[in-house]
Amino acid sequence: MPVFYETEIASPLMLGTALYPSPDVLADAFRRSGAGVATVSLRRESAGGGDFWELIRELDIPVLPNTAGCHSVREAVTTAHMAREVFDTDWIKLEVIGHADTLQPDPFGLVEAARILSEDGFRVFPYTTEDGVLAGKLLDAGCEVLMPWGAPIGTGRGLMNPYGLRTLRAQFPEVPMVVDAGLGLPSHAAQVMEMGFDAVLLNTAVAQAGDPAAMAEGFALALRAGKLAYDADPMEPRDMAQPSTPLMGLAVLE
Amino acid sequence: MKITVNGTVQEVSAQTLDAALAELGYGDARVATALNANFVPAAMRASQSLEAGDQLEILAPKQGG
Repeated sequence: MPVFYETEIASPLMLGTALYPSPDVLADAFRRSGAGVATVSLRRESAGGGDFWELIRELDIPVLPNTAGCHSVREAVTTAHMAREVFDTDWIKLEVIGHADTLQPDPFGLVEAARILSEDGFRVFPYTTEDGVLAGKLLDAGCEVLMPWGAPIGTGRGLMNPYGLRTLRAQFPEVPMVVDAGLGLPSHAAQVMEMGFDAVLLNTAVAQAGDPAAMAEGFALALRAGKLAYDADPMEPRDMAQPSTPLMGLAVLE
Repeated sequence: MKITVNGTVQEVSAQTLDAALAELGYGDARVATALNANFVPAAMRASQSLEAGDQLEILAPKQGG
């Protein structure tokens, strides 16, 4: 199972907690999939809240707070500090958003924030692109995990640049990598694992399915299938047909 | 004095951040605070004084992806 910053998690499925039709459905999705990490956020609180925190505690798995919605280094760093106190974890899913429509990462702000937070003792999970040069700079900044996107957040389109992701995987073979965002179907998650990635992080594909718990289980099974396939050393595709049934011993019947 | 709490102007009589949290009804709520965009750790709230016009953010665990 994946190991992030010396912590082994129970499943390669990292699941978001937003957009579910109800808290019960959320809890069902986590139970049925055996998800290994729950992502969470910080938002303004009106006096008297607190139910959500109880729900998350009952899941009894590591939480990964995010800096979603932050567009500047300063916002992201301050949010990370607030999250560390509230969630009592030094893990942070670092998002520094560069564009409001595409929600793509701001690579320059991301590296700067990653460096500041790593120096402050955070264990940073950067939401990044598949760019290998950027990945190298994030590692230099102190990150020990990378989270390249599959497609823009919430699109459910699957892997937009499989070639780029394969290249990134090959460039840093020892670095734990999570494909984060843009997955829509279990087959996308299987593809991620077949390429040798360590985990996926998704939310909308499960939470907005007609039956979120069933979809969550579907993703968990696909992740297992993809991991088995990667470890089993798949055959190379070829252009020409090749009979699988032996020609030796074929009867002459004409 | 008037301060802005999570985007809404409110009147508080408290002079420190921890007293303001109690006055606003947060009591022992699991929240993190930022004053004028600077994080104020829980341990520093008692010594953090308030001034009229301060911008206070009170954040709590919420759903996220």
